[in-house]
Formats: sequence, C-alpha cells, structure tokens
Amino acid sequence: MNLFENESSYENRLLAENDGGGRVSYQDLNSFSEELIRRVGGKKLIFILCENTIGSLLGYLGCLKTGVVPLMLEKHINSQLLSRLMEEYCPAFLYVPEDCLAKAGECEIVWRVRGYCLCERNEFHSPSLYGELAILLTTSGSTGSPKLVRQSKDNIVANAESICSYLNIQEKERPVTTLPMNYTYGLSIINCHVRKGAAIYLTTKSIVERPFWDFVKERKVTSLGGVPYTYQLLKRIGFLEMDLPELRTLTQAGGKLPTTLHKEFAAYARETGKQFVVMYGQTEATARMGYLPADRAEERCGSMGIAIPGGRFWLRDEKGEEIKAPFVQGELVYEGDNVALGYASSRVDLKKEDEWNGILYTGDMAKRDTDGFYYITGRKKRFIKLFGNRVNLDEVERLLKEHFEGVDFACLGRDDSLIIYADTKGEEKLKEIMEYLYEITGISPRAVTIRPVTGIPKNESGKTLYSELEI
Amino acid sequence: MTNLETYNRLFIRDLRVKEEDLSGLKYRGTRSWDSLGHMDLVADLEEAFDIHITTSDVMNISSYEKGKEVLLKYGVVI
Repeated sequence: MNLFENESSYENRLLAENDGGGRVSYQDLNSFSEELIRRVGGKKLIFILCENTIGSLLGYLGCLKTGVVPLMLEKHINSQLLSRLMEEYCPAFLYVPEDCLAKAGECEIVWRVRGYCLCERNEFHSPSLYGELAILLTTSGSTGSPKLVRQSKDNIVANAESICSYLNIQEKERPVTTLPMNYTYGLSIINCHVRKGAAIYLTTKSIVERPFWDFVKERKVTSLGGVPYTYQLLKRIGFLEMDLPELRTLTQAGGKLPTTLHKEFAAYARETGKQFVVMYGQTEATARMGYLPADRAEERCGSMGIAIPGGRFWLRDEKGEEIKAPFVQGELVYEGDNVALGYASSRVDLKKEDEWNGILYTGDMAKRDTDGFYYITGRKKRFIKLFGNRVNLDEVERLLKEHFEGVDFACLGRDDSLIIYADTKGEEKLKEIMEYLYEITGISPRAVTIRPVTGIPKNESGKTLYSELEI
Repeated sequence: MTNLETYNRLFIRDLRVKEEDLSGLKYRGTRSWDSLGHMDLVADLEEAFDIHITTSDVMNISSYEKGKEVLLKYGVVI
C-alpha cells in the first residue's frame, strides 16, 4: 500500500499553501523527493524538527515517498533532550529549520531547501532499519523519553483511508494546521488529505491571533481540529459568534472534552450546518481508533463513539476475557490494520518487525452502552495529558530526580494538572524546580502544582505509594 | 501601585520576561507568550483592573503596546 497510489490523478494540484503566499504542488513534492533520496542515499534514519511550514511538510512527505525513516520532533525541543535522542538513535541525517541550526551539533549541511537544512552527521553506528518501518513518533515528547512508536506505511495508509471514509474527506477539502506535525493527530490530518490530493493550509500562527482567522477566511478553510484546550480557547475568543460559512468540519481528539463544551459545540454545529466530530486515538494506533458520528454528537454527549471503519473495539476484564455486558468497565482493546508495529527504546529495536500484530491494549478504561457507544472512564497507565500532549509521570519523576540529586519526587495528576510532591523545603527550591521543569520540558507552570512534603510514602520494597498521595 | 506597574508586573509574571524586554514585545516574540500564556495574561488583566475583556479584544492584545490601547477602551489608563 502507498499513500500516494492515486497520485497520477492529482499531481498538478496544489499540495500546500502558507500564510505568506508560498505555494507548493504535488509535482514539486516529487522533485523534492528525488533530490532527498539522492542526497540521503537510501533507507536511513533522519530526525526532523517540525513546524507547520512548507519545508517541514516536504521533508516529512519526502521521507514517506522514498522510504527514509524520520523521527518527528518538535522544533522547540530542548537541545539537551535532542542530544540524548541523537546519542541513543544515531541518525544519519537531521532535517532542521535554518533558525534551529545551532541545535544540530556537529554536522555538515548538504542541502538548503525551503528554509530547512539537510545536515549529514558523521555517524558510524547508524541503526539497521526494518524494511516496513516508515516513521517514528515519540510517546511523551516533552520529557524527551527515548520510547518511540514504530509505524509502517501500511499503518499510515490504513488509518488515512479509514479517516477519509468516516469524515467523508474529498479532494476539495482545505484543512488549516492547528496542531504540530510531530503530533500524531496533526500528522493524521496531513496524511488523510494527501491521500485524496487535497491542499493543506499551513500556518505557524495560533488561534488566538487575528492573522490566523484572516488566513482561514481568505483561503476559505473547510476544517480544523483541536484538543480539548483548543475548544476552551475557541470559546473564549468568540469563535461561536464568528461568521465562517466555508468551515464545515470541526474535529476533536487528544483527550476527553468536558461535557459542557462537547454539548455547546455540538449544538453550535447543528445550528450552523457544520459537523462536529469527537474522536479517540493514540500514537500506538497510528492516530485514530474511534469517532462519534456527527449526527450523534448531541445525543451521545460524553461518548468517544464507535470504532473507525476497519477497526474493532472490545473491553477486557482483569482475567483477560471479553466483557459482553453493557455498562461494565474494562480495559479498552482495539484491533485493526492501523495498530503500529510496536515500541522502540533504543536503536537496536529499529530492526524489529511487527510485534503487536494488529492488537492494541490501549491502557484506557472504558465502558460501552447498550447501543455500542464507548465512554472513556479512566486510565491504567501512569500518564496524564497536558493540553493534549501525553506526559509520562514516571519520566517527569526521572528527569527531576536526575537533576535535583538527593531530592525525592512523586508525580501524579489528572489531565491539564500535574502534581509534584517534592521531599524538600524552601520557596527558592520550589521555584527552582518549577523553572527547571519549564526549561527542559516546556511544561507550563500554570499546569503544575508542587507540594513540599517530608518523606514520600513508600512500600517495603521502596516503591512509591501513589495511592497515599492526594491528587 | 500605579496602573503601569500593575500592567508590567502581570506581563513579567505571566510571560516570564524581564522588565527591559517589555517594550516592543509581541505575541510569540518569546517562547512563553503562546496561547497558554496569552489566556493567563488576559485573565489576570481582567482581575487586576476589574474589567471583562470582550472576545474580539482578547485577540487584539497582540503586543505590549497594543494591550495598553485595548485597556484604554475599558477606561483603564496605563
């Protein structure tokens, strides 16, 4: 399977346009890809520092076309975390925006193109790559965790096909970028529109800036996506009163939307003739697994919906058996061709084949109603989402313990609220912890509460007793 | 505290900048003036000056200087 298999019918079409008037066609992508593979010289590992620009988009799609395997990272990634990832995975090349060259470290610029530089590293330990491996994404980007998700081209195509079908995406769609390209949800928006030969409208501006909305209106944007926090912002900036007749589709993923907002946006969509689609996904399933059909958005408020076309959900009890009865909570399991190949924790893992064989134990707890709609009720794994981004609590703990030697930490929390228990005293120290966390991870202090304590509760084997700490 | 002092203090705290960076500071001109920082700033300006900033003005506060113009509309002279 190939994301571009229908390309001959749209190769003269526009692939993307940015808010500065820059344009690039599908044909330009072909020339770019030829040049890219010529310079890289085969299936090798490359790190891309992503932003919503033409250069970044070409880099990503060029890799997909030619089999070069990119690890997609945020442009603003902390350089220390980037260096660690480079040491672990030994990429042969970096593809970085010109204004981030300082982060690239020692390397030779072999190609300057569209505001990006292709940099060749003097790397002797380049990892061998599984033939089907297409792309790598982080599991908890902000903490620089070396744990990556391995996705194949088949995964990407299967998910894109399915999304195109349930959202009815056609070549005339004009989505605008509201999410980063290194984030599975943002990437999936690109993938499914490219599949249909549609044009993507790229902007680095955010939805609280007026020029963003000028761009949306001028370019007659038809769809946008957001995490729960995006919807809070949309409400505050008066989106519900804006006149946007061309905008037809709003999608939401990246965590559970508060029911009041879900209701409000569903009602807004009905009144204005738009579709509002709540979805559910994970990087481990390439991107999406579930969606709530737009015509059910109000009636099933609070639900994340049903499995996407080609996929299947079921709930698993503690013994590993399928729960058949409705309204019983269990771990949500998904089966489908978009389930990724597996994780990688180090470069030797990049030659691994498919380990998950189309079955994903999501780690999310859910229940199902009598009509088969699913509701997320909690999480099995120790992570929270901060403004749509997954943050692994153990990773945050590790980062803090490494830096503040002798201080013990315990992290817990819920979505959009990280709570750090620190076995230390003094205003200054707490401030220092907050500053360090922001410096390294970019985690916003407004989402963090630090609680000084004397001693972190532990069990006999020295493991932290999170249940004894208050959220 | 004068209005200017209050105004500056909120920018310095919410956007994590120094006093000397304020003049000419624009949205996205510093890493922490992103959408999160922006909403914090707006909420704090509302609280400090006891005003309600309308939806369209939320977007008009696009720089340190523009913010002063916006507040003037609400009778807050900086």
